[in-house]
Amino acid sequence: MPRCLLRLPFAALLAATIALGGVSPSAAQKAYDPGASDTTIKIGNLMPYSGPASAYAIVGRIEQAYFRMVNDQGGINGRRIEFISYDDAYSPAKAVEQTRRLVERDEVLLVFSAMGTPSNAAIQKYLDAKKVPQLFAATGATRFGDPANFPWTMGWQPPYQTEGRVYAKYIMATKPDAKIAVLYQNDDLGKDLLKGLRDGLGAKAAMIVAEDSYEIGEPTIDSHVLRLKASGADVFISITTPKFAAQAIRTAARIEWRPLYVQTLVSASIGAVISVAGFDNAQGLVSAAYNKDAADPQWRDDPGMQRFHAFLDAYAPDVNRTDNSAVYGYGAAQCLVEVLRRAGDNLTRANIMKQAAALQGYAPDTLLPGITVDTSASDFHPIERLRMMRFSGDRWELFGEVIGGELDK
Amino acid sequence: MSALQDSVTRAPAVAAVPKGNIALGYLTSTMVVILLFAVPLFAKNFVIFQMTIWLIYAIAILALNILTGGSGQFSLGQSAFYALGAYTSAILMEHFGVNYVLTLPVAGALCFAFGFLFGLPALRLSGIYLALATFALATAMPQILKLGVFEHWTGGVQGLVVTKPDAPFGLPISQDVWLYYFTLVISIVIYVFAVNLLKSRTGRAMMAIRDNEIAASAMGVNVSLYKTLAFGISAGTTGVAGGLGAIAVQFVAPDGYTIQLAIALFLGMVVGGVGWLPGSLVGSAFIVFVPNLAEEVSKGLSGAVFGAILIVVIFLVPHGSRQVAYKIQDIVRKIRK
Repeated sequence: MPRCLLRLPFAALLAATIALGGVSPSAAQKAYDPGASDTTIKIGNLMPYSGPASAYAIVGRIEQAYFRMVNDQGGINGRRIEFISYDDAYSPAKAVEQTRRLVERDEVLLVFSAMGTPSNAAIQKYLDAKKVPQLFAATGATRFGDPANFPWTMGWQPPYQTEGRVYAKYIMATKPDAKIAVLYQNDDLGKDLLKGLRDGLGAKAAMIVAEDSYEIGEPTIDSHVLRLKASGADVFISITTPKFAAQAIRTAARIEWRPLYVQTLVSASIGAVISVAGFDNAQGLVSAAYNKDAADPQWRDDPGMQRFHAFLDAYAPDVNRTDNSAVYGYGAAQCLVEVLRRAGDNLTRANIMKQAAALQGYAPDTLLPGITVDTSASDFHPIERLRMMRFSGDRWELFGEVIGGELDK
Repeated sequence: MSALQDSVTRAPAVAAVPKGNIALGYLTSTMVVILLFAVPLFAKNFVIFQMTIWLIYAIAILALNILTGGSGQFSLGQSAFYALGAYTSAILMEHFGVNYVLTLPVAGALCFAFGFLFGLPALRLSGIYLALATFALATAMPQILKLGVFEHWTGGVQGLVVTKPDAPFGLPISQDVWLYYFTLVISIVIYVFAVNLLKSRTGRAMMAIRDNEIAASAMGVNVSLYKTLAFGISAGTTGVAGGLGAIAVQFVAPDGYTIQLAIALFLGMVVGGVGWLPGSLVGSAFIVFVPNLAEEVSKGLSGAVFGAILIVVIFLVPHGSRQVAYKIQDIVRKIRK
């Protein structure tokens, strides 16, 4: 009797499979790679839950919560998402170890939204050799959108170089005879953004009259700001991470340096930077954005942001909503769900990449109006447009048109 | 063998391991080696990769053990030597197309020279001051690697991707298994070399310095030579480990070799037991596997869990795995009686 019970579902399944195959051989063809099945899709992820960059790990928590919501709503085409997120402590060696654990032991279908340039750079070659998608890498380094050499890797956020080009376009349009001083963090963020700026200025790169870099370990960057003021520049571009961004804003105000102050978007967060530097000191700052700001009242009636807030209320009530990482995680997770939905029953790694490279005009809830996700077989930079914004009162005000900063193919 | 129990029970401030007891017995050693050679037959590629990393860190900890356990000098700058070795291998392989096997001796030699030279000014410092001087080295290294002057070679902040070698002579084994055996053989060679070194005239001189510098010098030991030599050997060995690490991880970047790495190696040495060479394997296992364990317990608090485990270990066995090994030896002997 027990044997019969066991056999029955199997027979039914077999019959169903045959029936499905017989009825519509082309439409319902299911194809799976490791990590995908009729019931689940396994997604791997790396986050710096410990170590110097642990503030970014909030992205991983939001993504986890988002997939929980998707599962509660019935999953993707009936499949549950199993999100496996490991700590890499922001160390390349650990990132390789954990990625191998994800691919070889947990057998995930793809690695999604791994955090940081060093970790993504360390695992890129391995994933490429294994033909495992490295989707929506959470870094703005340009190398993660290079389909000719790395067809399995795709970034998500606007590349730092794009941001640099957008600032170049803005400055050339509004202040064609500007003298620019640049302060940058001596890492991939600083160098890439500076390159974009220079490329964007093109023949007029001589507008940059002074540049100065600092190391992430420096206690204060006051002296750098003083030096840049002495150069006589009337535009100051601060390519800085939050702690240093706040210091620079405060120092510039204290020494009464009032240039056109450009703050890069990684540190445009009101909660983490502006309020720390003081609202008075930050008046007139300009920056660029692609995401809606969760603290901005102008999106109160925006349906996308209402969904975002409803999601946070239900699945991550303890998260600080002014943290840009929350908006980031939500947008990236939503974009992945869209890709998986489009892949349908053909959950092979090749098809996932094909779908990810065919997003045209897709707009997650959190992107600014006019900014969309656009990819193609030769364009692996999903977001390449930004809008300028100016700080006024206690919030950022968007102004001007959406500016494209597409990189040369 | 009784002196060895004494040295544990008396609990000296800086571990002073008698020279005869720095290694395992022949029987135990052989068993460990056989076990290590047999592992790939049963394990998955991922586990083999983890074990390769484990062996590499064990070499680096062994190197620190030679310095601290052997000559009594502290170093928090091992990550700098590790980075130098890693970059030497990576640059030789990627820019000059040198065979990976040949890059290791170069990395070792370069680090030896660098360590030896660093040992000269370090002569004037001892104890905690020396630790601070080496700490400065570890802090400076990532920044130096980012310098624009070297960027063409080092890849700057973006780092350098290294190609993983295939098994030679058409051996039908995967890259991971091959790299594991390759690392294992080098580890054994380095281990045997270290044991012999510490048991030799040079090792005796180093230990004499460790135990009492004045007495050693009165006996005619050239203190400055042996102290700098210990630094050089330790740095050279760490450099080889760094080179192997670059080949195994297939990537080098300045941010991979921060002070965190130096502290992890120091931690591994203490947990393994200062001056007890086989302890390097245990210490390495601690820094490679325990963070994963802590993460399984709690993702958000993995650092705290790791800290708690570390405190427990230090409280229960302040002399690390050496103490445990001696305990076991004790019990075995009693049973035999």
